[in-house]
Amino acid sequence: MSSATLTERPTRSTLFDGLSRYIPIGATVALLVAMYLGGVANYRNFDNPQLIADLFIGNAGLLIVAVGMTFVILSGGIDLSVGSVMAFSTMACAWLTVEAGLPASVVVPSVLAFGLLSGAFTGAIIHYFDVQPFIATLAGLFLYRGLTLQISDHDMSIREIDFFSWGMQRVEFGSPRDGGFSLPYISFIAFGVVILAFVVLHYTRFGRSVYAVGGSEQSALLMGLPVARTKVGVYAISGFCAALGGVVAAFYTKSANPLAGVGLELDAIAAVVVGGTLLTGGAGFVLGTVAGVMVMGLLSTIIAFQGNLSSWWARIVVGVLLLAFILLQRVLARSGERRKG
Amino acid sequence: MIKALDAAGEGKANAYLKRLMWPLIVLAALLIVNIVVTGFGFIVPEVHDGRLGGAFVNILRRSAPLLLISLGMTLVIATKGIDLSVGAVYAIGAAVACQFLLDRDQSSMQNVAVAVALALAIAAVIGAWNGTMVAYFGVQPIVATLIFMIAGRGIAQLITGGQIPNVADSSPFVEIGRGAVATVPVPIIIGVAVFAALVLLTRTTALGMLLESVGGNPEASRLAGIRSKGITVLTYLIAGICAGLAGIMGAANLGSADANNGGLWIELDAILAVVIGGTALLGGRFFLLGTTIGVAIIGTLEVTIINVGLSSQWQFTDKAIVVFIVALLQSPEFRAWILKPFRSRGAGQAPTEPDSEKALAK
Repeated sequence: MSSATLTERPTRSTLFDGLSRYIPIGATVALLVAMYLGGVANYRNFDNPQLIADLFIGNAGLLIVAVGMTFVILSGGIDLSVGSVMAFSTMACAWLTVEAGLPASVVVPSVLAFGLLSGAFTGAIIHYFDVQPFIATLAGLFLYRGLTLQISDHDMSIREIDFFSWGMQRVEFGSPRDGGFSLPYISFIAFGVVILAFVVLHYTRFGRSVYAVGGSEQSALLMGLPVARTKVGVYAISGFCAALGGVVAAFYTKSANPLAGVGLELDAIAAVVVGGTLLTGGAGFVLGTVAGVMVMGLLSTIIAFQGNLSSWWARIVVGVLLLAFILLQRVLARSGERRKG
Repeated sequence: MIKALDAAGEGKANAYLKRLMWPLIVLAALLIVNIVVTGFGFIVPEVHDGRLGGAFVNILRRSAPLLLISLGMTLVIATKGIDLSVGAVYAIGAAVACQFLLDRDQSSMQNVAVAVALALAIAAVIGAWNGTMVAYFGVQPIVATLIFMIAGRGIAQLITGGQIPNVADSSPFVEIGRGAVATVPVPIIIGVAVFAALVLLTRTTALGMLLESVGGNPEASRLAGIRSKGITVLTYLIAGICAGLAGIMGAANLGSADANNGGLWIELDAILAVVIGGTALLGGRFFLLGTTIGVAIIGTLEVTIINVGLSSQWQFTDKAIVVFIVALLQSPEFRAWILKPFRSRGAGQAPTEPDSEKALAK
């Protein structure tokens, strides 16, 4: 029995061959450069290197979550629960350290482990019971938002916990006066996740299996690849990344908001798609996701610099970008099919 | 395909009854819990100020927007699709109607009619756009509708200029959400009318059968000469109009349109209602009556939580539990796994046929 997925898969598994698979990511990078140059040309102080650095501070959590989402989407699935899991892990960090009085060195690893296990559980439900990823992770979306609200329905501050002041300590690269910039530790956590994900996806057996399962699950199974392990693994990674994103958010805001990260799953999916990953799975790059997150961050920065534009323009532009990239993918896929057929 | 043949063999009415049995049992159980906790007055309608009231009637009235969206969603899901944009279309419909009325004479019946027509037309355009993306550009439904799910609330805010436009209580517009005709609340009337229209459209014409065939196997339907593309566009169009109408109804009830929070997560509730009602997300057979019961279950569930003394935060958690149970029950693998200890070895030889029978029953 073929796996029951909500989305129709293209019949051919290798839609992007040769150089054409670099077209989407090339378009993203070109867009990024164009946006940056446009910003520099139009606004004062836009060329300050701290501006680029800031993209990786405010968006550190989103970047980590989007990297996890990249794994899931590459494998042909989707994870709607990441925003709720992120809010839940921030709230769990706050509650366990402030109310329960546990040391942060115990709380943070156990929250991360919980994210990993809950993701693995979701993945197991999806794989073994053939539940659609959309529905299984939808349950996660409701469950973790509900649990977060049950822990606390108002903001909880973690300012008095010393551990959480670590994340925003900055490392300076040159003095700010002569073109230097500074980054807090949370940005380095995000960079670490990206590098790790890059290595895992492109240089390990697991990474190849993720692409293979995303291309065609049945072929992967017939090739003798460990489909079960791969599918459970990608959701575990996504759960872990969402929990880590929550911890980073705890560092960043030093408080836990029960409604934090509502709609974050959409931002993460958008970043992945804008980054050139095929939503049907099987093709894409984790570095593209980094570019996607940067595009979205730069977009809000430009809107902030412009001053008279409202923040909702960001959503509309992201929608237009999504449309453009999806149509680009369709065109490439069609031309790929034509070349073969 | 075997499933469909089995069902046809059993006779239509029987299959329907089996499908509807579980949702009906759940709804009855929820109602009994409420009656036990709050007394018999829960279910009995009463007349207040010339219109029907009472706890259960209020649940139905408040569920009307969700019902409209879920009915549209049922048709979309029957074609093997999904429409994630309905929450955003809800917000756009509400925003368009309220913003149009904002600077005009709100007591004029004509203006209200134009506002409603304009909102419905825009919702229809968005629905048709989604359908075109799916049918003609070959984009997967979840992706095509994701675009408007993300951009839609931005558009709604663009329309309202980031404000929350208010409509005066004296305007006939608010009657769409609060009024009553012959003591029956208007939202319930609209809900029943849309339900009846869709049932007539799909069950007395060939459209319903064509829908099921497109959802069951798009390629086979195309080869059989069905214009599946046009039908797909039509279902998304209907879903868009339903979402726009739901937005108008919600805005009329509140007397304002909140672009950010209006209809937030209603697409997920709608999908949940459809799934509870027995329509499988894989497309094919659809059950409008089942969806209606699903909506009533969700509405009653929210009230039940308050009535049994749990905090309102529980509503997310218990929805998660419902999604989880329904998803597992619909999974043939899970049923096979859970029933394994109860099955004798001899019967275990041919598990597929009885399983697909059970798939219909659940």
